[in-house]
Amino acid sequence: MSEIATLKIWRGSDKANGHWDSHQVPFERGQSVLDGLRWVRARIDPTLAIRFSCINANACKECMVEVDGETVYACTARLEPREMLLTPLSNKKLVRDLVTEIAPPAERFAVREK
Amino acid sequence: MTEPMRVETDVLVIGSGAAGMYAAIEAARAGCNVFLIDRSLIGRGGATVMAQMTVAVALGDEGPDHWSHHYQDTLTAGRGLCNEALARLLTEEGPACIKEMDAWGVGWARKDGKITSAFAPGHDRPRCVYVDFLSTGPAVSSTLRGVVNKTKSITRKGDLCVVDLLKADGIVTGAVAWHLGSGAPVTISAKATIVATGGLTRLYRRNSASSNMGGDGYALALRAGAPLLDMEFVQFFPIGHLAPRLIGMDPIMWDPFRYKLGGKLLNNRGEDFTQSYGVTEDGKYIITRDVATYAIIKEVGAGRGSPHGGVYLSFQHVPEAKLREAFGPVIDRLAENGIDLTKQAVEVAPIAHYHMGGVQADVGMNTEVPGLLVAGEAVGGANGANRLSGNAITEAFVFGREAGRTAAKRVKEMGALPSSSGTAREAVALISSDGPGNSPNTAEMLEALQQTMADDVGPFRNGDGLVRALHRIKDMTGAIGSTPFGTGAAFDMQRLDWFDLRNMLTVAHVVTQAALNRTESRGAHQREDFPGMLPEWNVNQIVRLERGNIAIAREPASVSKAAAQ
Ligand SMILES: Cc1cc2nc3c(=O)[nH]c(=O)nc-3n(C[C@H](O)[C@H](O)[C@H](O)COP(=O)(O)OP(=O)(O)OC[C@H]3O[C@@H](n4cnc5c(N)ncnc54)[C@H](O)[C@@H]3O)c2cc1C
Ligand code: FES
Repeated sequence: MSEIATLKIWRGSDKANGHWDSHQVPFERGQSVLDGLRWVRARIDPTLAIRFSCINANACKECMVEVDGETVYACTARLEPREMLLTPLSNKKLVRDLVTEIAPPAERFAVREK
Repeated sequence: MTEPMRVETDVLVIGSGAAGMYAAIEAARAGCNVFLIDRSLIGRGGATVMAQMTVAVALGDEGPDHWSHHYQDTLTAGRGLCNEALARLLTEEGPACIKEMDAWGVGWARKDGKITSAFAPGHDRPRCVYVDFLSTGPAVSSTLRGVVNKTKSITRKGDLCVVDLLKADGIVTGAVAWHLGSGAPVTISAKATIVATGGLTRLYRRNSASSNMGGDGYALALRAGAPLLDMEFVQFFPIGHLAPRLIGMDPIMWDPFRYKLGGKLLNNRGEDFTQSYGVTEDGKYIITRDVATYAIIKEVGAGRGSPHGGVYLSFQHVPEAKLREAFGPVIDRLAENGIDLTKQAVEVAPIAHYHMGGVQADVGMNTEVPGLLVAGEAVGGANGANRLSGNAITEAFVFGREAGRTAAKRVKEMGALPSSSGTAREAVALISSDGPGNSPNTAEMLEALQQTMADDVGPFRNGDGLVRALHRIKDMTGAIGSTPFGTGAAFDMQRLDWFDLRNMLTVAHVVTQAALNRTESRGAHQREDFPGMLPEWNVNQIVRLERGNIAIAREPASVSKAAAQ
């Protein structure tokens, strides 16, 4: 029987006002959480937001999220055949879904308040 | 319509890889204000930070060398298509940049006080400097970031994805970017604009690329009226990692170990198949990249491939102690991935790795459109039909520095900018438009495009496949239409995918059409239906956008004069 990883993902653009989406992802040994998230985007919901660049090399260091409350790189954290809780970094300003503002302050473009 | 935010600067640099950062530093040193932006975070999003191996340069520190030898090797590898002036610039100015990086503290590996050089195929002598074998890219990136951060006249901002260049009275006057952090459109006016956006290898399903390498700069330049050249020459790396899933390491990681230990390429019958392609490897790494790529694709085609569609790379014949000595801590990282090289072979396959083609530029990095400059992998022509290993980072340094210099000169000579509100309005409207209610899955479309390119526009091409790919690209271009999907809110990934598809489809179209036109085989462009290199194809194909249509012309390659001497 093929195994399943269930990704329970926090969605929203306001920390006080989010919701959870649960997606079942076919589990293959060795895959990363980022592999699972990319699978969800391409097969189910392309609106899911996640920040990443290098995918494999663990060089860009952009893909930090929390898995079960612990900060990890999504591209090196293993996908597991169970329910995994994915949330944006709790100590950073939220942008959307799993994306937070992680750039050093000097590298952020300041936008006027609307 | 949303009012865009406005920024004014002397020099706008788009992309913060080695080329963009070097350009920014050089323009700032010459007295300009510089706005350095990236669609990702500064210095993290491109190929530079991922480069693992070496940088080619005729330093002559360890043993005698001269740039003219490096130049000759570069021309030979380029199979008659190099732009000789660009190749000369790359090789002649390389040492100065490498020394400057050294002074900035990059930490090139040294022996007895001298910078050490490794040997790489295609070079006539050891010529490749490095930072501790797998850290070259991260060291280069963090060194340049350090200098950029200390330079007061450089303002650097991430999460700004350039959607289009601005144009007025026939000159480029800046760009319009989409700020991913907020969803706001931003117009940037600049007296000189440098496109340093890197390559296009994300077009292919299997690649060593980051998610930002969809060829944005080629599409931006083309739409702004600047010609591209040599777009059919995409370099593939033959033994990219395929399976088992290996995370935390780039797929090109096997090469250094092939150098050290040889390793065997085997098909699913356990045969060392390289022999059938005229190369007796016998545990040594001697097969060249193009022959290896050919052999692997043929084995897979004949049903002798591995389960995931590649072949096996085996180090099982190497004693464990020797493996540990060569791989060091990498053995443990492999173990974390459940890979034990003493017990199993891994699966490898060719992956897209670098682009030889790009925007046409002179030695000052000027394009045909005034105000628009290019740098790094975005530039076409220096490497002709095939790139020597190590030349890409040198190219990023040298071309970046040159672009910064030229931009500064232009800024000094220039008066006020003409108004470009017309082109700005169009791009701002795209960014802030409402998308169609019901749109296809953009992430899936991106995968479909990558599959098409891999199937039909890979390292080995034929007329039927290329025509099929052109049809698919045309269909997909129709399917995305002219209104971006999604909403344009902060980090709206559907909209980002749409902008990526818009650029990637244009670039895919250009690569495929140029490959279909070139009815011969040369360097990285191999046609199954036209094997062999033909003298009448000693030409560069120059691509322009004419009234929205792709037009390709031929120009005699500049190197032919030098080669004839
Ligand atoms: C895994 C790997 C290993 C390599 N190893 C070597 C090696 O050992 N030796 C060697 O010589 N070469 C190597 N190369 C090639 C070399 O790294 C690249 O050619 C070189 O780093 C390119 O530098 P660049 O500055 O031109 O572009 P990049 O470093 O790719 O930077 C381009 C930047 O532009 C940004 N960008 C793109 N589009 C936009 C947009 N629309 N708006 C804003 N920003 C944008 C990207 O986010 C990125 O940060 C390797 C490449 C890879 C992928
Ligand atoms: S995607 Fe680059 S470090 Fe995770």
